[in-house]
Order: sequence, then structure tokens, then C-alpha cells
Amino acid sequence: MNPRAENRGAAIDLDTVSKAYGSFKALDGVSLRIEPGEFMTLLGPSGSGKTTTLNVIAGFTDVTSGQLLVGGKSVVGVPAHKRNIGVVFQHYALFPHMTVGRNVAYPLTLRGIAQEERKKRVAKALDMVKMGDFAHRYPSELSGGQQQRVALARSIVFDPPLLLMDEPLGALDKKLREWLQLEIKRIHRELGTTFVYVTHDQEEALVLSDRIAVFNRGRIEQVGTGRQLYDQPATLFVGRFIGDSTVLRGEVKSDGTGTALTIAGETVSAPRRLAGEANAVMLLRPEKLVIRRPGRDAAGTNRLSGTIAEAIYLGSGSKYEVKLADGSTAIVRSPLAGESFSLGEKVELCFDGADAKLLPDDSTADTTLT
Amino acid sequence: MSALDPTTPSVPQRAGWAWRPYALTLPALLLLVAVIGYPLLTIVLRSLSEPQWGPQNYVWFFGAPVNLTVLQRTFTISAWVTVVCVLCAYPYAYLMTAVGPRARLVLVLCVLIPFWVSGVVRTLSWVILLQDSGVINSLLRSAGFDGVRLIRTQTGVVIGMAQVLLPFMILPLYSVMKGIDLRLVQAARSLGARPSRAFFTVYLPLSLPGVYAGAIIVFILALGFYITPALLGGPRSTMLSTLVQTQVLSLLQWGRGGAMGVVLLVTTFVLLALAAPVMRSRHREAGRR
Amino acid sequence: MEMKPLTRVILGLVCLLVAIWLVAPTLVVVPMSFNENKSLAFPPQGFSWQWYQNFATNPEWSTSFLNSLKVASLVAVLATVLGTLAAFGLDRMKARPANLLRMLMLTPMVVPGVVLAIGIYAVYLDAQLVGTLTGFVLAHTILALPFVLIAVSANLEVFDRRLETAAASLGAGALTTFRTVTLPLILPGILSGLLFAFATSFDEIVVSLFITNPYLKTLPVQIFSSITRDADPTVAAVGTILLCATTILIGGGMLLLGRERKGRL
Repeated sequence: MNPRAENRGAAIDLDTVSKAYGSFKALDGVSLRIEPGEFMTLLGPSGSGKTTTLNVIAGFTDVTSGQLLVGGKSVVGVPAHKRNIGVVFQHYALFPHMTVGRNVAYPLTLRGIAQEERKKRVAKALDMVKMGDFAHRYPSELSGGQQQRVALARSIVFDPPLLLMDEPLGALDKKLREWLQLEIKRIHRELGTTFVYVTHDQEEALVLSDRIAVFNRGRIEQVGTGRQLYDQPATLFVGRFIGDSTVLRGEVKSDGTGTALTIAGETVSAPRRLAGEANAVMLLRPEKLVIRRPGRDAAGTNRLSGTIAEAIYLGSGSKYEVKLADGSTAIVRSPLAGESFSLGEKVELCFDGADAKLLPDDSTADTTLT
Repeated sequence: MSALDPTTPSVPQRAGWAWRPYALTLPALLLLVAVIGYPLLTIVLRSLSEPQWGPQNYVWFFGAPVNLTVLQRTFTISAWVTVVCVLCAYPYAYLMTAVGPRARLVLVLCVLIPFWVSGVVRTLSWVILLQDSGVINSLLRSAGFDGVRLIRTQTGVVIGMAQVLLPFMILPLYSVMKGIDLRLVQAARSLGARPSRAFFTVYLPLSLPGVYAGAIIVFILALGFYITPALLGGPRSTMLSTLVQTQVLSLLQWGRGGAMGVVLLVTTFVLLALAAPVMRSRHREAGRR
Repeated sequence: MEMKPLTRVILGLVCLLVAIWLVAPTLVVVPMSFNENKSLAFPPQGFSWQWYQNFATNPEWSTSFLNSLKVASLVAVLATVLGTLAAFGLDRMKARPANLLRMLMLTPMVVPGVVLAIGIYAVYLDAQLVGTLTGFVLAHTILALPFVLIAVSANLEVFDRRLETAAASLGAGALTTFRTVTLPLILPGILSGLLFAFATSFDEIVVSLFITNPYLKTLPVQIFSSITRDADPTVAAVGTILLCATTILIGGGMLLLGRERKGRL
């Protein structure tokens, strides 16, 4: 039995949606299709347009231009209360003057559902978030995590085909957050509703999502699964935002066989070219770099020398920050079984040119991240 | 106590210095006892002892229909003033929270300007405006309502008193409304509530503490009003305060005047005591950003 | 909250009416004060300065004005000192006695004016304080005290007591700490308390009406008796002068404050 079959959830189509506040463009031609029943995360730094997108879908914000379809129908100009979309807010937004039970019953009361039925559905929704025993409490008597679970129950109790969540776990501590992430995943599986989830936490995005849309400066940089974004970032911004990365910048020379990069006298190469881009950079994931003491021979691989600037013991291994000759920092992860290095030690970083991702340089990628 | 404990007073505490805060309040307390406590006690004693010991003055007060009429009228007028204040202050305070800082400054100024001029002068203005040949009557006459009497009527008294007391309603209401999390209204809308429904089910209940606080203040102040009813009112709109004044200054009936004063005083404190639990309700701090 | 355009227009209109209702009675005295006739009929006729002249030359008016200034100044100082001391005391007490004492000290705000007035009048008759400066100052001080207490307490509430601990750890004695750290930070509260106290006394009428006598009248008492006696536009002139004085004071204060704030940024 597939629960998704009975409640497929709604598809969402954003077509070149823009939102301007005066001369500031909060959204700049955003197009995105979200499939029915999909768990889509909008990921990006603050001010990147992800929350504006959510507010546009919810009907809290009008679009300046563009088209928005929910379930195949245009909802531009439709007020929020007629959209039938569940929204979970970062600040919970539980009504402080109502008990938990009345909070959850609120959307049902508005829809004129009879008391019997209402009671049943409230109990079911509260059970789903494991808050069944708290119906008579007031929100002020609950912890943050409990409040957010009630808010979740309230937004699914009226069976909306689409649920929007705006950093719902942002105010909670790490342990609770991780546990609630799994809960949200479970509820998504059980309901089969379309979920749109906004966060700035890339780990959370990787844990939860079917697909992730990475936002930057009012635009979508890339849409894809977590693996696609990590392995095949389309832009330097995506590469840097998802996971740890080392960015190598230097003098670029490309020919028929590949691209060579000279950094402070040392040259590394990759067997690929970047069409028409003179200012290419190389992006390397920490696990693709091998760290070792200098001097030993290793023909055929790229080599860069540097000094250990920071050594972090992670339990499952160690993470090193290595200062390269040009002053930039490389991040390396080495397994527990490997050698260990101490601060200030001179080391060599080796990598296979095929593992280096060539991307056009984007100076904004750094500034927006810090 | 650790030196970094934020509750520790600045000065290292020595044993036996715990009386110091009480010493600081002592001068004010002494004055309070001398200029409020002793006089009020005197009034209570006189109401029970003049002309001789006994409850005669209270028996007289509650036995004379005139007094009961005035007592009832005092409550009626105060209630009307409170209703008028709530109805006018609610949209006004809401607008104060909704507009930009510049417009808000103008609105705040409009609330405070009445305080810039002596209260007596303001009542004089109402005499000017409400008199039979005054502006409001001319306006009413040109609108076809002839012979409406405002001055020396209850309506006139209510209009004047409500204007004086309106700031006491607007300010607490504004401070509560300012704290209401408008995102809750947004949440209600996302759950399917039309704007009006969201207002009545979410915003209004959350603003009620401000309404209660303001209404209590206005009602209590209105009960003891003296100047405005004395100048704007006539014999048919006499309030309790005026009666007290007449008994004491004109008739030199300290006992009877005192008894009336005690009734007014007790009423005030009973109302305050009744209102206290409502104001300290569970949700006073809830729903805030 | 979003609103329909119609709701918006109605809200605006209602608020405009309320604003007019609040402000108009304050401003109506201005044209009245230039009335040519000795009448308070609106609209006024002609133009003359005679009522301002009357205010300046008629001893009844000028004396009562000076009396009010004298009383209010003394009250402002006395109430501010007592109120500030009390606010400090309450701030440093345990919560339970502090709340009780605070409620006690705020009672002057809720005791009906006439009840208080006859009480004070009765006591003053015995103590022969009716119509004396001492009598006025004491009575007004107790009425002004709650305002000082509220203003200073509000400031103390947001004052970070750890700053005093910090000053002490840096070597400042109790008095130096108070002078260099505590006082500068709560000064705005004290000053607004002072202002409120002055205004309360300057405007007080109910108690004043009872404890006044022909030898000592304050301005509100004079205004009240003038209104009840005859239609004398001098009252309107006084109102206009007060309005101008407060406007200049508050406007100037706001300008100064704004400049200071800009200077600090």
C-alpha cells in the first residue's frame, strides 16, 4: 500500500518570478518546478531570496512579475487564506491565548468542520507529532521543540496538498534539531504531501531533501539532489556553500589536453578545460586531497606544499587546515589510520587532477558566505 | 554570594546593612503617612463620629434616594466615558502601531498636546465649544438638528471627560498592541482565516489586556472626576465628587461628606482589587515578539 | 495586518476625528485670547491684546502665576529627591516588600481627588496650613511622588547592575560608583521625573481649591474662579501663553536631544 497514492500533493511551478522592493530585487527571475509529493529545500544564506520565495508561494508577498502555479492553477492575486497551504514558521506562531487543542482545531473551525470530526482529526494530527497528551496545555507551558511539533500538527490537520516550512528548527539546539529532522522526514513519508523547506543549514538540507534549490542574491544557482550539488556544483558559490571545499586560484593556462594552474610557483593540472573562461578556479573536496610529509616521490599527481594551520580531531578522523604558499587555506580530511601532523609542520597536499572541479571564478561567492 | 552574581548589589554587603533600602524609602513613606494616610484616616473617623459615634452617616447616605441617584449616575457616566474611550482609542492605538515613525510621531503628539495646557483651561475650551451658541451646536443646527443641548447635560460631561481621559486609554493600549506579534495574524491567514476572522480570533483577544488595563484606569479616574463635571455639568449631571464638596464646604457636614468620600474610596479600591487578577492574567506576556 | 482599501479609509477617517477631538479644545483658546469683547462666545470678534495686558498687569493674575511657579519648583525638587531615594530603595529590596511599598506609594494616583482634598483640608485646618506655601508644597509633593517613582524605577529596571560591580572591581568606592556610573545612566529618568513633578504641581487644581485662601492662590485656582465668576477672556490668554511656553520647551528639548544623538553617532 502506498500512502502517497491517496494524497499526491500539489505541484508548484514558479515561472520567472521577480519581487522588487524599490530598487532592491529580492527575487530576480526565479523559475523552479517542484514535483507532487517532493521534498524540496530552498537553501541559501540570509537575504538570498529563499524566504521571499516561500512567502510568495504562501501568499504573504505579492510578486512584481512572473507566474506562480500551485497544482496547475495560477494563484497570483489569490489571498493567503484561500490558498489552502500549510505553513510552519521558525517562530512557531502558536496562538498564546488558545490551548494546544484549540490551536490545532483552529483551521478546522474556520472550515466549518463539525465538532465530532474536528476532535478526531485534532487527535490524529497531535498523535502524528507525538503530542497527544498535551491538548489541554497552553503554548507557554511547552518547550520550543514541543511548540514546533504542535505548529506542525496545526499546519497538517486540514490536509493541505502543500506544506511550507520556514527554518522550523532554527531556534532549537542541535540534538533536538537532528531528532526533529528525522520526525519531519517520517511525516513527509506518511503524508505524501509536497514539502517546501527553507533553511540556511546545508547539512539539514542534505539530510531532509529529495532535491535542493540553492539561492544566492535573489536567483537560483542550481537545483539538484544533494549528491549532484556536492559532486557536480554548477557554480563556485554552490561548491563552497555545500560541504567543505578548497578553492585554488592562480595563473590559468589551458591547452588541448587540459588546464594548468600556477599558484606561487607550483603548478597543478586537471585533464579538463573550461570553455571561454580565462579566470577558472579549481574546487577540491577535503576527501580528495591526500596529506603527507614532503620529500617522498609521487609521480603523476599534483602536489602543493603548505603548513598546518589548524588540526581538529573529529573522532572518525582528523581535519586539517593547511596554509598554502599563496596564503589561501586548504581543508583536508584524513582517516584515523593515517599519519597525524602537528601545528606548523610542513606538509604536501596531493590530488588526482581528475578530482578537481573547474569552475568560473566568482568573487561574490566569498563575500556572501562570510 | 559570588562577586559576579548579577543580583549582588555593587557595594560589598556587610552584615546588618539590609535595612538600608528601607531607610531610603523612609522619607517618602513618612510624607505619605502624613499627607495621605492621616487625612484619609481623619475622614473615616469623622464619617463615623460626627455628630456622634455610629453609622448614622452611612445610613443617611444609603437611605436618601437623591444620593443613590447620584451614585448611580456617577457609575453610568464613568461607564459611558469608558465605552467612548475604548471605541475611540482602539483604532487610534492600532493606527499608531501600523504607520511609519514620522506619522507615529504626529499621532503621539496629538495624544500628548492636551497635557501641554492646564487641565482647567482645557475644560474652559469645552465650555466654549459646547455652549448653546458654540461651534458644535452651530454645526448641528446647520445639519438640521435644532435645539440640542450639550452644556450642563450628561452628554456634554461625557464628551469632555472622555477627551481628558482618552490618553490614559490610548497609551496602555498602544503598548500592548505594539507587542503583539503580527506574524500570528499571518499564521491565522495561512490556516484559512479571512482578514476579519483573523482579527477577531487572534488580534483582538491578544489586545484585550491593554483594553482591560486602560478601561480600569479610565473608569477609576472617571469615578473621582470633579472639575469637568463641575464646569460642564448642570444639576442633572452632578457626580459624587461634587456632592462631597457641597457637603463639606457649603453645608459643613463633615460626617456626611466624609461618608460619601469613604464610599467613593472603597469603591475605587474594590474595583482595583477586582481588576488586579485580570491584569496579571496568564497571557499578559504571551504573544509578544 | 492587511486591510481592504475601504477599511483603511474608514480607519484613517476615524483616527483623524479622534485626533481633532484631542487637539481642537487645546487650540480653541488661541483665537479666544484675542477677542475684542469681554465674552467667551465663539467665534471671537475683532482683535486685541488687552487680555494679555490684563494678565501682566492685574495683580490677581500675575501673583497667582508667580505662586504657581514657586510651588511647582519646590515640589519638583522635593518630589524628585524623595522619589529617587525611594526608587533606589525599592530597587534594592526583596521583591515582596518592594511590591507592597510600591503599591502604597502609588496610591495618590488612584485616590479620588475630592476625597484626598477634604482629608487634607481637615488636617490643614487643625495644623493651620491652609493657604500656606508649606501646605501647598507638601500636598503637591505627595501627588507628584508617584510620577517620579515610575520614571526613575523604569530607568533602574533597565540599568545593568553588573556595571556597578564592574566599577567596584576597578577600584571605585560606593560613592564614586554612584556618581560616575549609576547617576549618569539613570539621569534621563530623574530628569523626566522632575519635569512630571513640576507639571503635576503646576496643573493641580482639586486639592488646591480646598487648601487655598485669598492670601495664597495658585494659577489653576485663579483660572477656575475666573471661569465660574464671569466670562473673562484673560483665561484664554493664560491658556495660550502656557501652550506657547510648553511648545517651546518641548520643541527645544526635542531639538537638543536630536542634535545630541546625532553628535554621538
